[in-house]
Amino acid sequence: MSIKGKAYIMGAYEHPLRDAPDKSTPQLHAECAKGALEDAGLTKDDIDGYFCAGDAPGFGGMSMIDYMGLRNVRHMDSTETGGSSYLLHVGHAAQAIAEGKCTVALVTLAGRPRQNKFFGGGSGKPGQLTDGPPEAGYENIYGGSTHNTYAMCAMRHMYEYGTTSEQLAWIKVAASHHAQYNPNAFLKDVVTVEDVVNSRMISDPLHLLDCCVVTDGGGALIVTSPEVAKSLKRPKVKIMGAGESPKGPQGGRGLDLTHSGAVWSGPIAFGEAGVKPSDVKYASIYDSFTITVLMQLEDLGFCEKGQGGKFVADGNLISGVGKLPFNTDGGGLCNNHPTNRGGITKVIEAVRQLRGEAHEKVQVPNCDIALAHGTGGSLGTRHGAATLIMEREA
Amino acid sequence: MTDVQDRPDVMTRDIPAPAVTIESKPFWDAAAEGKFLIKRCNDCGQAHWYPRALCPFCFSEKTVWEESPGEGVIYTYSVMRRSPSGPYAIGYVTLNEGPAVLTNFLGVAPEALSIGQKVKVKFQPTTNGPPVPVFVPV
Ligand SMILES: [Zn+2]
Repeated sequence: MSIKGKAYIMGAYEHPLRDAPDKSTPQLHAECAKGALEDAGLTKDDIDGYFCAGDAPGFGGMSMIDYMGLRNVRHMDSTETGGSSYLLHVGHAAQAIAEGKCTVALVTLAGRPRQNKFFGGGSGKPGQLTDGPPEAGYENIYGGSTHNTYAMCAMRHMYEYGTTSEQLAWIKVAASHHAQYNPNAFLKDVVTVEDVVNSRMISDPLHLLDCCVVTDGGGALIVTSPEVAKSLKRPKVKIMGAGESPKGPQGGRGLDLTHSGAVWSGPIAFGEAGVKPSDVKYASIYDSFTITVLMQLEDLGFCEKGQGGKFVADGNLISGVGKLPFNTDGGGLCNNHPTNRGGITKVIEAVRQLRGEAHEKVQVPNCDIALAHGTGGSLGTRHGAATLIMEREA
Repeated sequence: MTDVQDRPDVMTRDIPAPAVTIESKPFWDAAAEGKFLIKRCNDCGQAHWYPRALCPFCFSEKTVWEESPGEGVIYTYSVMRRSPSGPYAIGYVTLNEGPAVLTNFLGVAPEALSIGQKVKVKFQPTTNGPPVPVFVPV
C-alpha cells in the first residue's frame, strides 16, 4: 500500500537545550512530546501510536509510554537504525495510519551524550565465550569510532573521484551560514573553507570542523491521519513518499564505501512520491560529517556520482545563494546532534520550511516540496538509510 | 622489516582481547597458533568475511574454515589522531581471496600508507586473550 497522501506531519518540536545537566533523558523525551503536541494543537490522550528508537531508555517504547502516561496507544514500533530511525518511523507511522492501526502517532528522540560516557568497548573477558553482536570480536578491537569509520569513506571517495578537503569544507561553510540565524545553534560563527581545512586533523582526511557537534536535547513529531489533520489549525505537511534501506559490508565482497543505502532508499521514496530530485526545493541531509552530506547528495540523485565535490563548492548549499538549500537550521554540523543521532531534526527543519516558518534569512521562497534523509549507524561498517519526501498542501 | 621498537615514527597500538563466541572460537584458536583462517562456502565456492556458520551469499550451512596467507591490498584507511596512545590506522584490506577485512595497520608511518598498497597479515598479542590479526605493508 502506498502511503502517498495518507498521513500528515502536523506537529514538530525541537528541544532548545544543547546542554542538559539537570534533566533526565525520559524527561527530555516527554518535553519534546509535549512541545510537538502543543504545536499540533493536540493532547497526549489523542496519541494512539508511539514510535521511538534505541535512545529511548529502559524497555524503549514500553518505558516511555508508561512514563508519559499515554493511555490510548494501540500501535508501537521501536525499530532501531541509528540516526535514520526517526525518518524511518515517520514512514512507518504513515503506513500504520494508512492501515487504520492508529490516527495520531508520536515520534520522539532525546538524549544527554554530553553527560554520559560514549558507548564503546565490546572486548572479551579472558577464557569466557560471549554472545554479543556477531561482528564484535572481529571488528570492535580495532578502535573503530564514528570519526575514523566515516573518514575511511572520505579517503576512498577522494581516491576514486578526486574529491578534495576544500570541497568537503564548503558543506560546513554552508551550515555555518545558516546557523548564524539560529539563536539555539551550538555553533553560531560563520566559518570559511580555510577555517575548516586548517582545523585540527581528527582522523585523516576529516578535520575537526568536518565533524558534527555533540549536544544534548531532542525533538518530536506528530503524524496524523488526513481527517485529524483537517481538524487542526496548522499548515499541513503531506507525506508523499518514504524509503528505507540497510547496507553493510555484505560478507566482505560487497564493500563499497563510496555509496550508501541512499542509492536504494532514495528511488523508493521518489518513486512513491512521484517527484524527481529536481523538484525538491529544500533538502535536510544527515550531516554527522561533511562526507556524509556529499555522499547522500550523490546517492539521492542531486548530482552525478563522484560530482558531489563540484556540486557543493562555491556555496551551492547556502539558502538564497546556491542551487540546493540544505540544513537551514545549521544541521548537525552547527546546530545540534542530540544523543549522537540527529535524525528527527532533519524532519523538523523540513517541516518549518514547508510551513514557511524557517528563519526569514534562510526560508526558501515557495518551498512546496522538501526531502529529508537520514543515515544511521556507521557509513564505514553497517548503516541504515531512510528518505522522506514531503509536500506543502496548498 | 625494521623492528617496530627501533622506529618511533611508526604506529603501534595496544589491542584489547577480542570477544570470542562459540561460532568464532576456531578462528581464535588458530590465531593462537599463528594461522589466519577465513571461511569458504562449499556450495557457492565463495570466501566471506567475517566468518559465519551460514554462507552470507547463498545461506548454505556448508561453510568451512580455510587457512589464508592473509595477503591483499588496502581498500581504504584512516589515521585516527585523537588517541591518547598516539595515532593509529584503521582500514579495510581486500584479501586475494576476495573479501574485505576491517583491521589496523601497524608498524608503518602514517604517511607511508596508501590505497592499493600490498599488505600481509601479522598477529599481535593481546593481554589475557588470543592474538589478533593486523596488517603490515610487504
Ligand atoms: Zn555460499
